[in-house]
Amino acid sequence: MLQSSWRRVVVTAVFAAGIAGVVALNHRAVGSVADGGGEAIRLSEVAHQSGIEFVHRPATLDAKLAHIAPHVAALGACVSIVDVNNDNWPDLYFTTSRFGVPNALYINQRDGTFRDVAAEAGVAALNRPGDGVSMGAVWGDYDNDGFEDLFVYKWGYPQLLHNLGNGRFEDATAPSGLRRWMNSNGAVWLDFDRDGLLDLYITGYFRSDIDFWHLSTTRIMQHSWDFASNGGKNLLFKNVGNGRFEDVTDAMGVGSTRWTLAAAAADFNDDGWPDLYLANDYGPEELFLNRAGRRFELARAGLEDDSKSGMAVAVGDVYNRGRHDVFVTNISERGFLFQGNNLRINFLKELGRFDEIATGVVADAGWAWGAQFGDLNNDGLLDLVVTNGFISADTGRDYWYAMSKIAGAQGNIFEDAKNWPPIGSASLSGYERSRVLMNTGTGGSEGFVDVAEAAGVTDRLDGRSVAMADLFNRGVLDVVIANQKGRALLYRNAGNPGHWVEFKLIGTRSNRSAIGADVTVAFGGVRQRQVVDGGMGFCSQNDRRLHFGLGDQRLGRVTIRWPSGKEQVLDGLAADRLHVITEPR
Amino acid sequence: MSRLDAKYLIVFLITLVLVAGEARYNILGGYDRLAIALGTCLATEVLLSWWLRGRVANIASAYITGISLALLLKPQANILWPFALGAFLAIGSKYVLIYRGRHLWNPSNFAIALLLLVAADSVAVLSHQWGNDLRINLVIWAFGLAVASRAGVLHVTLTYVISFLVLAVVRNAMVGGPLLAELAPITGPMYQLFVFFMVTDPRTTVSTRRGRIVVVAIVALVETVIRLAGDFQLALLRPLYPSPPLLALAIVGPIAMWWDLRRQAQAGAAPN
Repeated sequence: MLQSSWRRVVVTAVFAAGIAGVVALNHRAVGSVADGGGEAIRLSEVAHQSGIEFVHRPATLDAKLAHIAPHVAALGACVSIVDVNNDNWPDLYFTTSRFGVPNALYINQRDGTFRDVAAEAGVAALNRPGDGVSMGAVWGDYDNDGFEDLFVYKWGYPQLLHNLGNGRFEDATAPSGLRRWMNSNGAVWLDFDRDGLLDLYITGYFRSDIDFWHLSTTRIMQHSWDFASNGGKNLLFKNVGNGRFEDVTDAMGVGSTRWTLAAAAADFNDDGWPDLYLANDYGPEELFLNRAGRRFELARAGLEDDSKSGMAVAVGDVYNRGRHDVFVTNISERGFLFQGNNLRINFLKELGRFDEIATGVVADAGWAWGAQFGDLNNDGLLDLVVTNGFISADTGRDYWYAMSKIAGAQGNIFEDAKNWPPIGSASLSGYERSRVLMNTGTGGSEGFVDVAEAAGVTDRLDGRSVAMADLFNRGVLDVVIANQKGRALLYRNAGNPGHWVEFKLIGTRSNRSAIGADVTVAFGGVRQRQVVDGGMGFCSQNDRRLHFGLGDQRLGRVTIRWPSGKEQVLDGLAADRLHVITEPR
Repeated sequence: MSRLDAKYLIVFLITLVLVAGEARYNILGGYDRLAIALGTCLATEVLLSWWLRGRVANIASAYITGISLALLLKPQANILWPFALGAFLAIGSKYVLIYRGRHLWNPSNFAIALLLLVAADSVAVLSHQWGNDLRINLVIWAFGLAVASRAGVLHVTLTYVISFLVLAVVRNAMVGGPLLAELAPITGPMYQLFVFFMVTDPRTTVSTRRGRIVVVAIVALVETVIRLAGDFQLALLRPLYPSPPLLALAIVGPIAMWWDLRRQAQAGAAPN
């Protein structure tokens, strides 16, 4: 009896220790948030001082969706960065989503300010009844005339705007063959067949037969929260020259209907051909490997078993291994849902797959949207900026519980929008703070420390799109954020003593924008690889000039693999300056 | 039908849910989760029963608990400790949280409720659904009802389902919105696990048929209170919003068991 009693005491003590362990481990799971360790990154918000007064307006939709309008129309605040006038100073293009409200093209005035010239340029009035509303834009010189052209994807007819080189654009959509109604939230330029002409991959979100202003049915929503395949079809358009594009989607095998929100193109498997990585809402991510420009194959790369709500694809060489790793944003909400962001380390060459390693602050950034890698403190390691927050409305009302009623239910119920509980004035993961995750280079994703507050990033707007560029040609990356129903933000980098180098690439045999070019920079015994993107993150595009931080190291060999396949090796380049490099013919 | 046979029918049913859910919808999210939850449950059951009671217990119950936890726990990415600690605490509760020799909580219900309440930064509960494929739903319901009938707990399942449906209509009348939104939860896999494996657990239900019917109706009623609190944004009950049925059972179940055991003891002690 006595023995039984002490054994019971031991078991009870271990049981209590187990509960204490749960509490302790739960606290640890939150991750590392710096309370003063963010000195290495210092940003200050200067949009207003810089002349940027852009405010996003959401779309107004068919009255049949009024009860969940804030949820459905929660997209469209986007930013892309481009040197539109070839003056070597990055400019900014913002999209908004309400009929009659103009998009904005801010030209860099080279004195720390910007001026909106969208109306004069002819790229403002794109949100019109019958044509749809803007959901984002990507820039690329599709006709290789030396000027970056603009593609605006929409809920409606997309628009291709040809840069005339005189500060004005002309609408080239109809002759291009791209005028096709889509409900798209993403697009990327890429030269998938390496013919020197930029092709275009446009992602479909809602089905393309849906006209949001004249709904014939309310059965428009996803039929599964985990494996939905009833979204809009992604389309691949091949540039056949003379300003014309042909739909080669089915022939190339990339017509996913998995509610794709974002795509990025890069050579993930090092075979010299640009692949496509998709972040899909309500389903697993997809990697389409490019087979020598003849077709794409859906890879089994460790992505298919992991079903989440992919919002953005950011590509970066996280540990300076000379690889393109991937960060995909997802949703985390305390108590309700932990999908967690994915930080996928590229082991395609060794193991044929990515390893997902996100934990702590990398995994949980709230309801995360846009994300970009960039070396914000020039220490030679790519940091990560994540925007987040879905619907910030009444702080006393929360839609999470109401949404949870249908979230686990039979798909036929919530596929019909009329069965959704009304959202009213409630918030849904609102007022979340943006994250600045500083890469310390140590072990796993725990090497990322959230330094947002210490670095000066304190906004709680509903961030959607983030893009980076050295906006003021100072050798540091600045951060631009587009917020849903909110004002755009420009976080100016205060700078740091680290060395750096930047490259502007001009293609000759390749597309002139050099989109898809891989640059690998050696320094301090490591090598970091970056790609010139034709659209990356969520509805965003970084400056196509590439920025490398070097820390206190000397710049070593620079290797450029041009989209044409040509490899160029450069030794003895100077650090702390921009190099403009033209592809050898 | 003996209680032992009924347990094996339930073992079959939960295995069916596991196989169907994983094959069609990758419902587990990783086999390591299943291995840890199931392995920890089985090991804990064997060890504690041998150490405290001098004999190794039948592991069917631990098997059901392990699979339930593997299916129902959805922690933050790449975190595995909730499966290990949840499994240990689930089985441990059978040996620690006892009254008059009986444990008070359904083991998986206890562990999930505990994790939801004290580890909300790390753990959520299953939010997957069976897609839009009605067949999977119908197969699980058909087998579930058949097994519940054979196991002699159909009255518990049906009472809960009927109570839920009636109260869904009541809630809808109170909060408005589409009726299907109130009915929707019961079409999901989380509820199927709940109605076939938790509220019917013979070891943690009261002794009389009438008592079981009353208790499960009270569970549905408390669930509705939590749901209404969610609809009317009562902040005090927010920790309970993420999983109203599981937390309602975690509140009502042990109170009912305690009351029933105490009543039985008093009846046994009373002079004839």
